[in-house]
Amino acid sequence: MASLEAIHTEANAGQGHGSFRTVLRQLRKNRLGTLGVVLVLFIAVSAIFAPLIITHDPTRIMVGPRLADPSLNFLLGTDQLGRDTFSRVIMGGRIPLLVAFVSLGSSLAVGLVLGLLAGFGPRWLDNLLLLIFDTIRSFPGIIFALAVIALLGPSLTSVILVIAITSMPIYARVVRTQTEALRSSEYIAAERSMGAGTNRILAVHVLPNVIGPLLILVSMDVPAVIAVEAGLSFLGMGVRPPTPDWGAILNDGYSYIHESVWLVIAGGIPITLATLGFTFLGEALRDIFDPKLRKDL
Amino acid sequence: MLLYLIKRVVLAIAIVVVAVTLLFLMIRALPGDPAAVLLGPRATPEMKAQLHEQMGLDKPFVVQLAAFFGGLLNGDLGFDVFSRRPVADIVFEQLPYTIELILVSILWAVSVAVPLGCYSAMRRNSVIDQVVGVVAVATMAIPSFVVAVYALLIFAVMLGWLPAIGAGNGLWDRLIHLILPSLAIGISWVGYVSRLVRASMLEILGETHIRMARSFGISEWRIVARYALPLAILPTVTILGVGIAWLLSSAVFIEVVFARPGIGALIVNAVNTRNYPIVMGTVLVTTFLIVAATTISDLINGALDPRTREKL
Repeated sequence: MASLEAIHTEANAGQGHGSFRTVLRQLRKNRLGTLGVVLVLFIAVSAIFAPLIITHDPTRIMVGPRLADPSLNFLLGTDQLGRDTFSRVIMGGRIPLLVAFVSLGSSLAVGLVLGLLAGFGPRWLDNLLLLIFDTIRSFPGIIFALAVIALLGPSLTSVILVIAITSMPIYARVVRTQTEALRSSEYIAAERSMGAGTNRILAVHVLPNVIGPLLILVSMDVPAVIAVEAGLSFLGMGVRPPTPDWGAILNDGYSYIHESVWLVIAGGIPITLATLGFTFLGEALRDIFDPKLRKDL
Repeated sequence: MLLYLIKRVVLAIAIVVVAVTLLFLMIRALPGDPAAVLLGPRATPEMKAQLHEQMGLDKPFVVQLAAFFGGLLNGDLGFDVFSRRPVADIVFEQLPYTIELILVSILWAVSVAVPLGCYSAMRRNSVIDQVVGVVAVATMAIPSFVVAVYALLIFAVMLGWLPAIGAGNGLWDRLIHLILPSLAIGISWVGYVSRLVRASMLEILGETHIRMARSFGISEWRIVARYALPLAILPTVTILGVGIAWLLSSAVFIEVVFARPGIGALIVNAVNTRNYPIVMGTVLVTTFLIVAATTISDLINGALDPRTREKL
């Protein structure tokens, strides 16, 4: 049994990219990565503690001034219904983060299982799954999303479902490629000769090697998901009013662009900061862990 | 190569067949009767039955699917119940506007990005290279519709230099109307392509035949333009094929923001009015476009680089 453990540790040694602290140190050296961490933390904290930060009820329609300029009472002015824009922006950060978390999380889980199946299963299953992955990848992004929303009706669930479906194939393909490479490696053969079953091989040897690159890929997809969610809400196909959302605020601003610039600024800046923050963070993580990743997709 | 060509084309056809079947299943599997939706709440059962017959909804599922494929082969995408015109006509009427927008965007983006990428590779780690690098990542991250709304705000609303909406009439007017929309779509491609060219350029500049050329005293610009660029541009050519899905997605937003005609405006409108035949037709046509573009780019890649052929 000792030899089995030795093989196990050796197999995972290459994957030991260092502790959490090493990662932090490397992140700090990467200036854009640091900026990314700061932006992401800023957005995450303001979204989590949003109810404590807001100054007005973000959905309450007030009798006061409409499309007002920023003032001490309304830090970012008011929208076309007299609602406080600042409170709406702060609360609006919760939806993109929620969508990213749920959709990418489920996409990762499904992609992982299907990828392992394709990489470790029989040849015909591999071919079938690859055909399905390729098919989903050839669906036309936003246009496909709009079609699904046309059928299911505009809602947050539709948005999450579409993002989960369309981002899954890339994860599954990465898992499949890695699994297939590992399958023919010597230490897996050694494991097998010692009587290890498929489940043990997958759980102890394949999974730890696959999960790292996969998580980096997922983190690099976060800005795209935020953009899609905001974009669909901008088109009026995402969250339903009066729920505050950055894309919806930008759309309000777009509709009243001749009357006031503040709504456009209030809706666009958070989307920009969020996508920039997550992009810088994702790129830095990739550079630290696996510079070659995504080259072959 | 011939074998690769055949295999790749068969794969493309298989993808289209699976895609069409999936889309068809999606429409049929969902709750709700399309006829009832189209006719509204006050429809009588007789009206529904009549529309069912008209749309072929009363036949068995397999027959419907077969009829659907048969129609597609004849270029028949169904019938728009609202305007009483063939869906194919409506979609192909709008498609040229979108293609025009995409082509202009990618053209300006590539013609800016290639020199920028070459320069960054030649002056590696210089201040300009580093600034270009950061700006490139930033432009790739910011969604095109945010860029579009800001461009609209600054150049059309505040400064009044450029028109805000429509596609324009006459060549000059149309070009003017393309400036802001193509800026919004193209800007992220400038970042992407310049990074791509820089990376492949750096790889090629390190090779022996380039060192040879250098030792002959040929100027650096000449080496880059004459000997390195034709090779360094290849990844860009192939990425453009795959990028068409991305371009179409941004076109949807841009057409809505600038109130331009096109595929994107068509589908957004169709979704709002629950016009399923148009929605389906648009998805089908754009899926064909994407499959065709990725197949062609794979074939080009396969012709240029035999190693990629083995992967299929």
